[in-house]
Amino acid sequence: MITTASLLAILGMAAVTLAIKAGGLLLAERLPTTGFAAAWLRHIPGAVLAALVAPAILTGKPAEIAAALATTLVWFASRNLFAAMAAGILVVYLARRLLGA
Amino acid sequence: MEKPLPSARNRFWSQFTLGARACLPVCISVAAYGVVWGVLARQAGLSLLEVVLMSGLVFAGSAQFVALDQWTPGALPVGALVLAALIVNLRYLLLTATLRPLFPPGTVGRGALAMALVTDENWAMTVGEMAKGRGTPAFLLGGGVLAYACWMGATVTGRLLGAAIDDPAAYGLDFAFTATFLALLLGMWRGKADLVPWLVAALAAVATARLIPGSWHIVVGGLCGSLAGALLEIRRAGSAR
Repeated sequence: MITTASLLAILGMAAVTLAIKAGGLLLAERLPTTGFAAAWLRHIPGAVLAALVAPAILTGKPAEIAAALATTLVWFASRNLFAAMAAGILVVYLARRLLGA
Repeated sequence: MEKPLPSARNRFWSQFTLGARACLPVCISVAAYGVVWGVLARQAGLSLLEVVLMSGLVFAGSAQFVALDQWTPGALPVGALVLAALIVNLRYLLLTATLRPLFPPGTVGRGALAMALVTDENWAMTVGEMAKGRGTPAFLLGGGVLAYACWMGATVTGRLLGAAIDDPAAYGLDFAFTATFLALLLGMWRGKADLVPWLVAALAAVATARLIPGSWHIVVGGLCGSLAGALLEIRRAGSAR
């Protein structure tokens, strides 16, 4: 089952995603390597990731805060994305059970 | 078109296999949150066909997660979904720009097609190789094809399992997303210069999330944080001169 609207949305999402991915390579030689624009682009990835996770952690319950701490500790101990993710899931699962939150 | 020599073909496949092998551990994490996405997609009301098409054509984890927030069957905000995908994927401009050395003049057209298979994971592995003086388009593609297969298989599995797992939060699965991006963020730490932009991004995102529903906190936080970072960097460079 698919509606016209959802097909349009998926095709549109696919088109902009492909355009951006190809566009980065095609524009690479023209992108400024110095100045404000370059500095701005350099800071986007970290800022977007911070903006993605902050509301879930900072406005979360103690379970989310404990899980974020566990994720951070395991990441610095192992430098392993999967281990850090697994620790976060495990702690949030246990904390919600124990704290009932 | 000339047929590639057997040795050239062998070299392609050995690089392809190397790239896939390098991405294997991180693809376990890709699959883990692919399943989560599939489960959430079912709750958001996406059909199996919609899941296959979105994973197969969009193939962008964070954009697909954001899309679920906005997915309201019956009154789908098509423009907002496309705009959010554009904004969330903006980072790929930077990522694929760094792959330019892999594609000598004349092969950039083919390279642009290969960019469809770039993910955060195989990109990171490939620039790691390039820093050691290695790295080929085949290496990039090997990781990309593996990530694509994992993402497709996992999202479909999650969509089908959705019947069994009605509430991923009951298993802590909702936190996989936050934990993965938190770990990715921590991996991006390059020094004190990151502190202010990240704090600005986080605070702007929290404030926006309270005021406006949907994914705008990512856009507002991302823009505020990155602009703050750029302003500070330019001012530091200016005062050092």
